[in-house]
Amino acid sequence: MKAKRISWKEIKRQKFLMVCTLCFVVYGIVFYYLPLGGWIMAFQNYKSRDGFFGSQWVGLDKFKFLFSDATFIRVIRNTLAMGVLNLVTTFVMAIVFAILLNEVRLAMGKKFVQTVSYLPHFLSWIIVTGILHDALSSSGIINELLVKVGLIDNPINFFAHKGYFWPIVAFANVWKETGWNAIVYLAAITSIDPSLYEAATIDGAGRWAKIKNITLPGIRPTIMILLIMNIGNVLNAGFEVQYLLGNGLVKSVSETIDIYTLTWGVSQNDFSLGTAAGIFKSVVAIILIVAANQFAKKTGDSRLF
Amino acid sequence: MKKKKVWKTKSSLADKIFVVCNTVFLAAFVVVTLYPVLNTVALSFNDGIDAVRGGIHLIPRKFTLQNYKTVFNQQNIITGAYISVARTVLGTILALATNSLLAYVVSRKRFIFRSQLSLFWVVTMYVNGGMIPTLILYRNLGLTNSFWVYIIPGMIGAFNMLVMRTYMEGLPDGLEESAQIDGAGDFRIFVSIISPLCKPVYATVALFVAVGQWNSWFDAMLYNRMASQYTTLQYELMKLLSSVMQQSGSANPGSTTAVAAVTPVTVRAAATVATMLPIICLYPFLQRYFVTGMTIGSVKE
Repeated sequence: MKAKRISWKEIKRQKFLMVCTLCFVVYGIVFYYLPLGGWIMAFQNYKSRDGFFGSQWVGLDKFKFLFSDATFIRVIRNTLAMGVLNLVTTFVMAIVFAILLNEVRLAMGKKFVQTVSYLPHFLSWIIVTGILHDALSSSGIINELLVKVGLIDNPINFFAHKGYFWPIVAFANVWKETGWNAIVYLAAITSIDPSLYEAATIDGAGRWAKIKNITLPGIRPTIMILLIMNIGNVLNAGFEVQYLLGNGLVKSVSETIDIYTLTWGVSQNDFSLGTAAGIFKSVVAIILIVAANQFAKKTGDSRLF
Repeated sequence: MKKKKVWKTKSSLADKIFVVCNTVFLAAFVVVTLYPVLNTVALSFNDGIDAVRGGIHLIPRKFTLQNYKTVFNQQNIITGAYISVARTVLGTILALATNSLLAYVVSRKRFIFRSQLSLFWVVTMYVNGGMIPTLILYRNLGLTNSFWVYIIPGMIGAFNMLVMRTYMEGLPDGLEESAQIDGAGDFRIFVSIISPLCKPVYATVALFVAVGQWNSWFDAMLYNRMASQYTTLQYELMKLLSSVMQQSGSANPGSTTAVAAVTPVTVRAAATVATMLPIICLYPFLQRYFVTGMTIGSVKE
C-alpha cells in the first residue's frame, strides 16, 4: 500500500517480533511441513530400519498397486459417497434449522432450542456413536417405535445391513453438527437489513415469501463461502464415525480412505502404501477446493482466494 | 416488539399453519437431540440385569449407583481421567499462550514479514503430510509413547490463530502507538495492552482447544497404544463401547476382534455420562464465547 523504507532502526525495533517469527517458523516446519517430506516414502519400499535414504526406490509401483486394488477403488467410492451425502444433508439441515429458528418469536423458546442444539457438537464421536448404537440396537428406541407403530414385526439389526450404513452415518453427522453449523447462518440472518422485512410486510408478503425472497438471498454469500470450505473437507469427513460404527458385515460400504491408510500403514506396517493413499487424498482435496473456488468465481459469488 | 404487533394483526391462515409446523419441527428437533442423552443418563442409574429387559426411557426403573461404583473402581478409567484432565488443562494453557503470541505478531501492521508469516500458516490449513508421515515423524522425535504427543504437535493451529488475529486487527491502532511512545517494547505491549483486551477471543479459543483435547481419542490410540499409563478417558470409553459394537455385526464368529467380556449396557452408560458430564455442565455458560468465535472464524478466513 504505502512504500515504506525499512531502516535498520526499524528492524532493531522489531527484534522481538523477528525472534518470535523464527520460533513459529521452526515449529511450523517441523510439525506441518516436514511430514510433507515423508511423501517420498510413497515412491519407496520404505523400511524403518533402512530409513528414507537407504530404502529401495520403486517409482510409482505403490500407486499402481493402489489403483489395481479393488478394495481401494471401493474405498474411494465409499469416501466420496459418504462425504457428499454428509455435506449435502448437514448443509441443508443447518440452513433449514437456522431459518426456522429465526422465525420463532418467543425469545425464551428460541434460546432454549438453540442451547439444546449445540449440545451434541461438544460430545466426542465415541459418545455419539455409542449413543446412536444404543438407540438403533434391537432393544433400542427406534426398533421399539417401529414395532409399536406396526411398520415392522421384528427388530431390525441396523448395523448388519449394508443399505443402512450410509444413511446412519449421515444422520450421525446431522445430529451432531446441525445446531453448531447453524450459528454462522443465524449470525448472517441477523445482519440482514430489518427494513427489508418491514417493506415486505407492508407489501403483504407472508412468511414463506419473506424467507424465499429476503432471508435466503441474504445469507447466500455465507452459504457459498462455507460450501467452498467444506468441499475441500469432503474426503476428511470419512474417518471417525465409519471407524467406530463399522463392523465386519458392512466393511464393504463403511471403509474409507483413512481407514484403508490406517489398516495398511499401521496394522500391516506398509508405510509406503499408507502414504500413497494419503497423498491421493490430499491431492484430490486440493483439486476439489480449487475447483469449487473457480466455480464460485464464475458465478460471481464471494470466494476463498 | 413492533414487528410482533404487525404480525399479530396481519397473520394470515398460511402464516398460522407455518407457525404450527415450525413449532412441531423444532419440538421434534429438541426431542431427537435430547432423548438419546437423557436415555443414557437413565440407563446409567438403572440396575444392570433389569435393564436387559429393555423399556427404560427417561426414568430408571430400578435405581442404583452400582454402575458408577463399577466404573470408578477401574484403574484404567481413573488413569484415563487423570491424563484427560492433565492434557486438557496443560494443552489449553500452552495453546493459548503460543497462538495468541503468533496472532499478535501476525496482526502487527508495521511488521515487515507479516504477510509471509501469515501465508506460511494459512497453507498448513490446506496441505498436510497425512497420517503415516506424521506418525513416523513423531516416532523419530520421540513423541510416541509419551504424554507430550497430546500437547506439543497440535499446540499451534492456523484456525485458532486466525480467529485471534481477526480480533486483534479490530483493536484501535492508537493503543499500540501510544504504548510505543511511552517506550514499551513488543512483549510489553502484547502482555499488558493487547492481551487484556482480548479476553473474549482468548476465552473462545480456550473453549475450542479444551473441548478438542477432552474429546480427542485417536491420538491416544495411534501414538500411545503401547503406553497404558498415558491412556485417556475417551480411549478407555472407546474400548468399552467397541467391544459391544463389534458384537452387533458378529454373525461371523471368526471375526478379527477378540470379543472382550461384554460390559453391561448400564456400566457403559455410566462411563459415557461420566465422560460427557464436565462438558454438559459447562457449555451452556460459555455460549456467547463460541458464538462469537464461530462468527469471526468463518467470516474472515
